[in-house]
Amino acid sequence: MTLPLPVFTASFWAAAGMISAIVVTSTTGEVLTAAAMKSIGDLDDIRAVSGMRGAIRAVVTCPLFFAGVSFLALSFFSLLFALNHLNLSLVAPASASLTLVTNAIAAKLFLHENVDRRRWTAAVLVCVGVYFLAH
Amino acid sequence: MAHHTLTPRQYAILGSVALCAPLGDTCLSRGMTQLPAISLAHPLSLIAAVFTPWIAVGIALLIGFFASYLTALSWADLTFVLPATAFGNVIVALFARFWLQEPISWQRWFGIALITVGVGFVANGPSLTERPAPVAEGVEQEQV
Repeated sequence: MTLPLPVFTASFWAAAGMISAIVVTSTTGEVLTAAAMKSIGDLDDIRAVSGMRGAIRAVVTCPLFFAGVSFLALSFFSLLFALNHLNLSLVAPASASLTLVTNAIAAKLFLHENVDRRRWTAAVLVCVGVYFLAH
Repeated sequence: MAHHTLTPRQYAILGSVALCAPLGDTCLSRGMTQLPAISLAHPLSLIAAVFTPWIAVGIALLIGFFASYLTALSWADLTFVLPATAFGNVIVALFARFWLQEPISWQRWFGIALITVGVGFVANGPSLTERPAPVAEGVEQEQV
């Protein structure tokens, strides 16, 4: 049985696939990077003690940071690929809105951040706001 | 050390996060739409795209964004920093309205209002989740 809705065309699934690739790689990269920065500590404090070189050294010697950057690089090339095929007005808000929600879930699950009612409300408001801003 | 109240310098870093990301994305979009369609069969074309002017400027802005973003993540939660990135969309829309004189529909004004309220919600809360301080363990060990 074929789906009668015109949205479920090959181009729809191609766009969904491109945006999903951005969201998954971006969320993984951001959670890994956030975990790395938390393990390193406040960069302002490190810079006050060891200078800018010390702060850069602290970041570039953290393996978790490179894992995060690798996923963010994948996300970047997924974005470039998507922008080559889709409009910015679709790609940017769709990926930004979805990434906000997936990041809030991932931050609660993996970073054990206190994602309280205030932050969930903010994530939903910003998500809906980005949708309206794109239309 | 947990910072629940942000300093002016920390607000400036969040502002840099908000501004550099959408401006960088806009440059990337302009650069990529000027290029011929790239297929998965020729992935190296994406590497070549990096050296075109608009893409290069976009990447420079995104490097500025990433440096600010990393600094912000070192003293604030991911779920606190991310709405600041989304607030960049509001800044670009206001920039388009008041400097480029572009019309903004009521849907966009509504979106701007929602994002502003959402960012206000987060900004009024704590920037960092409280965790047991590792210093306390050291103090306990010294006491033992």
